[in-house]
Amino acid sequence: MTMPSHLTLPSAADLAAVSASRTARWRPGLRDASHSEVFAGSAECAGAAVALSLALDDWRMRERPETGEAEDRRAVLWVQTRAAVKLGGRPYRPGLPREVSHRLIHVIAEKDADALFALEEGLRCREIAFVMGEVVGNPKALDFTASRRLSLAAERHGVKLWLVRLDARPDLSSARLRWRVEAAPSSPHGPNTQAPGTPAWHATLFRARAHAPGEWILTDDGRALSAARSRDENAAPYPVDLVRRTPGRSLAAV
Amino acid sequence: MPRRILSIWCAELPVDRWRLCSGTGRGEGADAGPLVLIAETAHGPRIEAVNPAGRAEGARKGMMLADARTLCPRIQTMPSDPAGDLDFLEKLALWSRQWGPWSAMDAPDGVLVDVTAVAHLFGGESSLLADVQARFASRGLVARLAIAPTAGAAWAMSHFGPERAILGAGCDVVARLSDLPVTSLRLDEDVLVVLRRLGLKTIGQLAGVEEGERQDGAGRDSLHRRFRNRKSPAANPLVRLDQLAGKVPEPLLPVIPQQMPLVQRRLMEPIRHRALLDTVVSDLAEDMVRELEGKAQGARRLELGLWRVDGEVILRVLELAAATRDPSHIVRLFAEKLEDIDAGFGIETVRLRASWAEPLALEQADIEAAAERHGTSLSACLDRLTTRLGPKAVRRPVPHGSHIPERAQRWQAPLDPEPARQEEMRFHARPLKLLDRPEAIAVLYATPDGYPKRFRWRGEVHEVAKVEGPERVAPEWWRSRSATRLRDYYRIEDQAGRRYWIYRHGLIGDGRGGAPEWYLQGLCA
Repeated sequence: MTMPSHLTLPSAADLAAVSASRTARWRPGLRDASHSEVFAGSAECAGAAVALSLALDDWRMRERPETGEAEDRRAVLWVQTRAAVKLGGRPYRPGLPREVSHRLIHVIAEKDADALFALEEGLRCREIAFVMGEVVGNPKALDFTASRRLSLAAERHGVKLWLVRLDARPDLSSARLRWRVEAAPSSPHGPNTQAPGTPAWHATLFRARAHAPGEWILTDDGRALSAARSRDENAAPYPVDLVRRTPGRSLAAV
Repeated sequence: MPRRILSIWCAELPVDRWRLCSGTGRGEGADAGPLVLIAETAHGPRIEAVNPAGRAEGARKGMMLADARTLCPRIQTMPSDPAGDLDFLEKLALWSRQWGPWSAMDAPDGVLVDVTAVAHLFGGESSLLADVQARFASRGLVARLAIAPTAGAAWAMSHFGPERAILGAGCDVVARLSDLPVTSLRLDEDVLVVLRRLGLKTIGQLAGVEEGERQDGAGRDSLHRRFRNRKSPAANPLVRLDQLAGKVPEPLLPVIPQQMPLVQRRLMEPIRHRALLDTVVSDLAEDMVRELEGKAQGARRLELGLWRVDGEVILRVLELAAATRDPSHIVRLFAEKLEDIDAGFGIETVRLRASWAEPLALEQADIEAAAERHGTSLSACLDRLTTRLGPKAVRRPVPHGSHIPERAQRWQAPLDPEPARQEEMRFHARPLKLLDRPEAIAVLYATPDGYPKRFRWRGEVHEVAKVEGPERVAPEWWRSRSATRLRDYYRIEDQAGRRYWIYRHGLIGDGRGGAPEWYLQGLCA
C-alpha cells in the first residue's frame, strides 16, 4: 500500500463522504468482497447455504459486460475437503438452486493443502463464475499467507471466493468479509404453516474491510436475498462492542 | 444411388508376396519348381500356400507337408508369414482407395472398395475392373475382381464367379448367384458341415428351402429354428443370405490411415538431473505443439517415454480434459508427474507421443494486454486439478432417473455432456446437501406412525418445531429385493431453525424386519 503524498491528501469533504459510506451497513446487493469467509457449525447446513445465497445475490446483481453473452454460462466450482464431506454431506443436485445446479463442478480434496490448491486454481480460471470452499476447523495449511494468496488471486482475476469454515475459530485471515452464521427459524411459506418455510439465517458480520459490522436475519426465497435488521434494531448505530469482542483481529482488514 | 462394392481377391497373396520379397520373377528361380509356404503345427508342418508349379504337382493349401512330399519329393519349402501378409494387406487396402472413397480389409487376402458413383471416372465399371486388374498385375499380384450391389455378393462373385464379374444394380442377386456353392456365403467350417449334411450345396438350394416350402409354413422357419442360437453372421446362413441380398446391412470397417504425432530427443550425454529433464520436456512440448498445429489437432492423451541407459523404460501418461496445444500447460502437467522419476545412470532418449488427438481449430494468439488478467481456461483448470487430485476427485452431479433420493444423482466427468432426460419434478422440496450415508438417529415420537417430537443426532438433542410430510418413497421393486422397506420422508425444523431431512425406514408390522428405524439423510439450507 503506498503512502498518500501530501498532494493527494483527501479533503475534509472527501473524508466525510468516505465515513458516511463506511457507516452504511451491508445490505443485499452490496458487493465488494472478493474473498469472504463464513463461519458455521457443521451440524447445520447454514454455512454452505448462506455462502451460496450471498454468492448468488452477488451474481444476480453483477452487471453483464456489453459484449458478453445474454446468459452467463460459466461454471461454479465447489471444493470440499474429505472431512467436510463427512461432516456435512455433499451437494445434492435436486436441492440446489436452479441457477447453480447444472453448472456445478464439485471437487473433493483429501488434504487441506489440496483444497487450497483447488480453490486457487478455480480463482485463476476465467470460465468460473464463483468459487465455494468448505474447510473444517483451523488447518495448518490455511495460514495468513495462504489466505492472502487466495485474496490476491480472487482480486486479480475477478472471481469471487466464499470459503465456509466449519467448526472453526476465527483466526488470522485476509478475507474481506467475515461472517458468523447460525440457522434461524424459517418464515412461513405457502399454505402449510406447520411446514418449514423460506430458509432464514442469523448472520453476524464481524469483520469487514469497508463496512461497519452488524447483525442481520437473512432470508432467501429462491429469487432474491433479503436482509432484515436483527433484534437489536434500537441498539447503538455503531456497535463498537461487536468489533471489540471478536478475537483474532485481521491485519489486512485495517 | 444403389451401392456398388468392388471386391478384390488376391488369390495367391502369400506366394505373390514371397515372390516380391525374394525378388524372383514369376516362374523364375525358385518359383520355377514346386514350392510351398508352410506353417508349423502340432502335427507337423502344414501347407499354407502353394505356387502354380506346386499346384500342378498336386500340393494343396491345408495339406500336411508330409503328404505333399509323397506326391512330389522335390518340393521346396519356405516359412509362411501371416502377420506380414496382414500388414501388406493393410497397405494394399489403403492403396486401393484410388478406386473409391473408402476401402475395408477383408482378411486374410481380400480388399473391399466402395465404388458407388465413381465408376464413370474410369469410363464405366468394366474398364474400372480392367484398370484394377492391370494395376495389380503390374505390382505382381494376381487379383480376381467383382462388382456387386452388396459386399456379400461381390465377395462371392470374386471368389467363385467368372473373371471380372459385374452384377447390375437392379438384378435379383440371389437368383444370379444360385449356382454358387454355399461356401461363398463366408460361413464357418462347422456350419458348412451342417449344410452339407442337410444336402444344401448351393445358394440356390438354400434359397429354395427358404421359399419353396413357404406354402406349408416350414421353409424359413425350420432353417431359422436350426440356426436359432447362432447370432454371428458367419455362423448363420440365413443372416448371410439376407446380407447377400441386401436385406440386412453389413457393416464394414473402413481403413483409415492415421499417424500419431511423435517427437523425440536423443541426448548426446545421458542426463541425470531434473532441471535438464525439464528443459528437454519443454523442448519436446514445443515440438509436439508444432506437430499438432500442422494437423490442426490438439492432444487428449500424451505419453512421455524415458529410455534409461541401463535399459529401463519409464512411461508417464497424461490425459487432458479437452484438446490442448499449449506447451506451457503440457510442461506444467508433466512436471507433477516427474517428481518420482529415478534416473539411474542417466536418461538417453526422451520421446513424447500424442496417442489420442482431437481436431482443434487454429486460433488467433491472444493479442490483448489483458490476457494476463483473463486467467486460465476451464479445461486447463480441470486438467491441473485432475493431475494433482486424481480424476475421481473432480466431477459434476447429473440427475438420474430414480425416485430413490440417493440414486437420483450421479457423478460424471465435468466436461462430459449431460445425459438426455426429462425435466425433473419440482414439486418436492429437496435438501441442499445429502450425507454420503444416512446416519441413524434416536427418536422420541408421539405416535408410532407419526413424525418425531424430539431426536438425538451426533450427541445433540433437537426439538422438532415444524414438520412437513410424510413423503413416501417406495423401493424400486424392479431392482431391490422384496425385503427392502419403504421410507417415509419428513422435512423438519428444530427449535433453533435448523432444517433436516429425515426418514423412517419401514412401517410397523410390514413384516420386513423389526421396529422401524429413523435416519437423517439430508441437510436443508
